[in-house]
Amino acid sequence: MILRLAIASLFARALTVGMTILAIALSVALYLGVEKVRTGAKASFADTISGTDLIVGARSGSVQLLLYSVFRIGNATNNVTWESYQDIAARSDVDWIVPISLGDSHRQFRVMGTTQDFFEHYKYRQGRSLEMVEGIVMDDIFDTVIGADVAATLGYSVDDPIVVAHGLASFTEHKDQPFRVSGILAKTGTPVDRTVIVSLEAIEAIHVDWQSGAQIPGQSTPADVIRQMELTPKAVTAALVGVESPLQTFALQRAINEYPEEPLLAILPGVALQELWGIVGIAETALLAVSTMVVVTALIGMMATIFSSLSERRREMAIFRAMGAKPMTILSLLVLEAMLMAAIGALLGLALLYVGLMIAQPVLDSAFGLWLPIDAPTMREAAVILAVIGAGAIVSLVPAFRAYRMSLADGMMVKT
Amino acid sequence: MRRYSICGAFFKVTLPVLELSEVGFHWPGRTRFALSLSNFTVDKGEAVLLLGESGSGKSTLLSLICGTILPNKGTVRVAGTDITTLSGGARDRFRAEQIGVIFQQFNLLPFGTVADNILLPLRFAPDRRKSAGDAKAAAAALCEQLGLPKDVFAAKANALSVGQQQRVAVARALIGHPPLIIADEPTSALDANSQAAFLDLLFQQTSAHNTSLLMVSHDPRLGERFDRVIRMEDIAQIERAAA
Repeated sequence: MILRLAIASLFARALTVGMTILAIALSVALYLGVEKVRTGAKASFADTISGTDLIVGARSGSVQLLLYSVFRIGNATNNVTWESYQDIAARSDVDWIVPISLGDSHRQFRVMGTTQDFFEHYKYRQGRSLEMVEGIVMDDIFDTVIGADVAATLGYSVDDPIVVAHGLASFTEHKDQPFRVSGILAKTGTPVDRTVIVSLEAIEAIHVDWQSGAQIPGQSTPADVIRQMELTPKAVTAALVGVESPLQTFALQRAINEYPEEPLLAILPGVALQELWGIVGIAETALLAVSTMVVVTALIGMMATIFSSLSERRREMAIFRAMGAKPMTILSLLVLEAMLMAAIGALLGLALLYVGLMIAQPVLDSAFGLWLPIDAPTMREAAVILAVIGAGAIVSLVPAFRAYRMSLADGMMVKT
Repeated sequence: MRRYSICGAFFKVTLPVLELSEVGFHWPGRTRFALSLSNFTVDKGEAVLLLGESGSGKSTLLSLICGTILPNKGTVRVAGTDITTLSGGARDRFRAEQIGVIFQQFNLLPFGTVADNILLPLRFAPDRRKSAGDAKAAAAALCEQLGLPKDVFAAKANALSVGQQQRVAVARALIGHPPLIIADEPTSALDANSQAAFLDLLFQQTSAHNTSLLMVSHDPRLGERFDRVIRMEDIAQIERAAA
């Protein structure tokens, strides 16, 4: 009966109570949304590369190697010679190896030279393979496969010609050897979307007439001649390696790190990703802190609402007292009301989150490659809701205690 | 309740329902207001009208009787129990069990239904709930006896006219038949005709259950219907001084 009266009392103040509940609902939805994006981003981030056991590059830092080989951020300080690459590829514990050659760009996008094996072995989001939306994997030296963002940003379609520039953000373009778009990849949400993929030979081919980073004046080898040339690269930037058995991963890593002919570095992508997330993760903590503050603000708003309702509810409290209610009953009535508001607000916030997810999920996936799964509420979300209700009860204690003192002093007589 | 009702049965004639003796009270702190009262009783089944102007200490006296404030000295016996010996929580429970309260106006929780309002004191008084039997049926019966329309039972209290609200307040005070009804100017918000009708209904109910009634008013014209009329200034001395 007390619960029913509390609900009726809330209904009687529908407007202010509704606003308070709305504020709590929005803040809870924001908080849970941030949580979703945070865990989604973390998962997406960790999903950037999967199925690769080791990444091999010239000796530097593991985060740096990960950044330039997978995220195409920054540059390699050094290359891996073709001999070393061949040595590693020849090892019996290596199942597969895919070379990566970086250093050129097309407009704002990085160009990556690799082999056709890349399309077979590069996996993301728990083992998903790259897919073509249009065209085929390159089979000519001057064919390129472009990522979804490249195609979307530059408006390319299959068979369009493109010119690769030497270096990054450089104006010296390899105009002699125009490439052709042979295929466009589906959106993955990984850096592959922003990559122009060519064959390893193509990287050599566009540098045929170049020496020490500059074009040899007057020299221009026709494409047909280039096709006849021996285009074995002298070095690659990095390599993705898969091992025969997961047990051999550490032994292979050790062997590569101690490779006597050249200082090399082999990293476990998962470990390096976590290391990198540790750096990026500060932002996530900040985001979480801000949304926590929003929830706190909404609860303080509720406290203010209860405070301002006290004077107009003195009469009501006097009636309760006259009927035999203890001042403690008045206090618990107000706390109960606050908990009801917080509970309704939190559950409404959860509902808002799901509505928002249903609307935003496809948009986020196609625009940012951020996949937010729509699952049943997790324990963590349930804990958040319970925490909001608990915090609502705690903040309401302040006005409730004031009501307690008021009703103790007023008794059943309201003098005003 | 059982204990009290046995007492009531035994000492029906000898024990008054309400007995204040040698009571002294002053508000703590700032306002210097003191009330002293040597003796005041209301017998079982008696209807007493207490006349007093505003500021005569009526509210303080009612608060003392209901146990929301404690006297600095003296005893306040309600249905045989000295409530000054009870703890705060016990006094609240005791009030719920023994006393039906009717205010001047705004008696009801506006957001509750009429049924909610009538049943509210039973929520705090388990013994009174027992003696009410089927509480909902008892409430409905009271409504009927008080001339309230049948459909009013489930209506929100603030949908009722002032006269109807006062009758609901009477039903609430009477439910479970507490031995004492305290009414604080219950007719002041009503016009003359409604006043008479209201008092008729109230007396019908209190005499049917041999309930004592202590009604406070400033209107001496109501006096003829009561067993006894007492002036506030005849029983209590008020001391007042500006702070």
